[in-house]
Amino acid sequence: MAKMAVMIAPKPDQAPRVDQVGVDERVARFRARSIKKSSKVQALNLVLSQIDLTTLEGQDTPGKVRQLCQKAMRLHDSLPDIPHVAAVCVYPMMVAEAKKALGSSGIKVASVATSFPSGMAPTKVKLEEIQLAVELGADEIDMVISRGKFLEGKYQEVFDEIVACKEACGEAHLKVILETGELGTLDRVRHASELAMQAGADFIKTSTGKIQPAATMPVTLVMLQAIRDYYYDTGRMVGMKPAGGISKAKLAIHYLVMLRETLGEAWMSPDWFRFGASSLANDVLMQLQKQRTGVYQSEDYFSKD
Amino acid sequence: MDKTVKAEGRSIDSASARVKSSAAKPASRGRAKPPAATRLGVAKTYKLYINGKFPRTESGRYFTLADTKGNIAANMCRASRKDFREAVLAARSAFNGWAGASAYLRGQILYRIAEMLEARAEQFVTELKLMGLDKRAASREVTATIDCLVYYAGWTDKYPQVFSSVNPVASSHFNFSILEPVGVVSILARQESALLGFVEAIAPVIAGGNTAIALASEQNPLCAISFAEVLHSSDVPAGVINILSGYRNELAEQFASHMDVNAIIANGDDASEIKMIQEQAANNIKRVIIRKKSIAADPYQIIDVQETKTTWHPIGG
Repeated sequence: MAKMAVMIAPKPDQAPRVDQVGVDERVARFRARSIKKSSKVQALNLVLSQIDLTTLEGQDTPGKVRQLCQKAMRLHDSLPDIPHVAAVCVYPMMVAEAKKALGSSGIKVASVATSFPSGMAPTKVKLEEIQLAVELGADEIDMVISRGKFLEGKYQEVFDEIVACKEACGEAHLKVILETGELGTLDRVRHASELAMQAGADFIKTSTGKIQPAATMPVTLVMLQAIRDYYYDTGRMVGMKPAGGISKAKLAIHYLVMLRETLGEAWMSPDWFRFGASSLANDVLMQLQKQRTGVYQSEDYFSKD
Repeated sequence: MDKTVKAEGRSIDSASARVKSSAAKPASRGRAKPPAATRLGVAKTYKLYINGKFPRTESGRYFTLADTKGNIAANMCRASRKDFREAVLAARSAFNGWAGASAYLRGQILYRIAEMLEARAEQFVTELKLMGLDKRAASREVTATIDCLVYYAGWTDKYPQVFSSVNPVASSHFNFSILEPVGVVSILARQESALLGFVEAIAPVIAGGNTAIALASEQNPLCAISFAEVLHSSDVPAGVINILSGYRNELAEQFASHMDVNAIIANGDDASEIKMIQEQAANNIKRVIIRKKSIAADPYQIIDVQETKTTWHPIGG
């Protein structure tokens, strides 16, 4: 990758225009699908297995991270046959703690890096942060792009930075956060998606969760379409991670419908689709318990992470 | 854009000027009076009241209510269990704010409900008459309802003193018990009394800082739904009281089984329903309050939906 001759970032006019009205109408259709009974249970289980259980706060402590890891491994003991979540997502400072707590459970450790959430640091610092997180045991790195440079039109710099980050990751998977809430238009989201994928992203991710709006269905649809077109062009599958603001099971199922109808069966797994969320898991558990008992549930009976 | 607005403004002005000029010369021009058109009445749509809004039922179902002469009085929303679930969500999110509001404020708001009801008394008398009461009985019921609200408004900052206690204990502790609202309360209103029975059931619950979801009387739901409009103009925070109309035998089980409801008040004496409620409520050890017949307003109805918290505070030593 490093010695690949010239890699040129795609220009904005190389990305197709996005039809905003069309996107909104398509999303409205996804939201009208009725998913009931056994298919609903199946979807809820899939959602659980795709969650990146996240804590990204200044007040995080090793104790809180250990607790989150416990929750990741044992979501709700009174529900039999439910999967564990895909990964736990923390700051680099907490990677070692999470790695230790998760042991051999098969749950991955994802770490944000590159001066999350703003990305306002020199590339050198960002690369060091990634290397550190990987050395501490992170399996996945969530990087943020430099939105300032992107909006300034310095696409090549943004592109080169992602290439360098991918190289710094080594074996670890790289998720590239576009922070769509700061990009402004769906056209820029589409362009940024293509730029990130061509620079080597394994996953593209909507948001940090620190900016409103975070993940929305229209933005996610545009990114899924970019993934689809990229797959047709190159044959390489890229994963998708909407993050921030998805806290209800029903909404998560709408996302799965959108995923299924845009990218197809192959992407319906934790390897290719993730939800970045902290409170989604409990709502899904409550819905599963409701399906099992027929009785509406209360948060009082589900552990806080 | 600006120009068109101005142009429109001018044309409206000139139109009103024309109206004025014609009004200045009455009838002398001999312009014919328009024929007296029969006006179509604007009937009210009786909807649900959830989270401070008036939605229709998500199910799209309704049932027809007949007045005493057998004419259709209204189409009522036949609420579904999903409407109930939404109402519980609203009540739960409103709970902390309402329970944390000062007793004085809760009293003021209850009094405000009474004020609003007083101002709209006539509407409620009309609705009660539609449901078969004679005029005198109808106004008596409305007056009694207003008085009931004022009564509980007065109790909000008094029941804590009256019912909290300092307890004598045989150790060096200062031991005291205070009351706290239980949480979200579901209420099945009395069937026979359309307004008073409904308000009697709600007022002590919210006076004590709980939030409520109430099912209106199936046979006489009109007043309960109109009462939502009174609540809506009384500074009652959204979600504190939620009102559904529908079939009791369809919804009672949900009212009793929902895990996020902390107490249920069931007005009525149907033995099989009471048994079902007790069984379903056992799921989360809900408090069950059965009121077989109407009882006069008293502060114990506030206490019915309060928890007692007792604190042991070491002294001396």
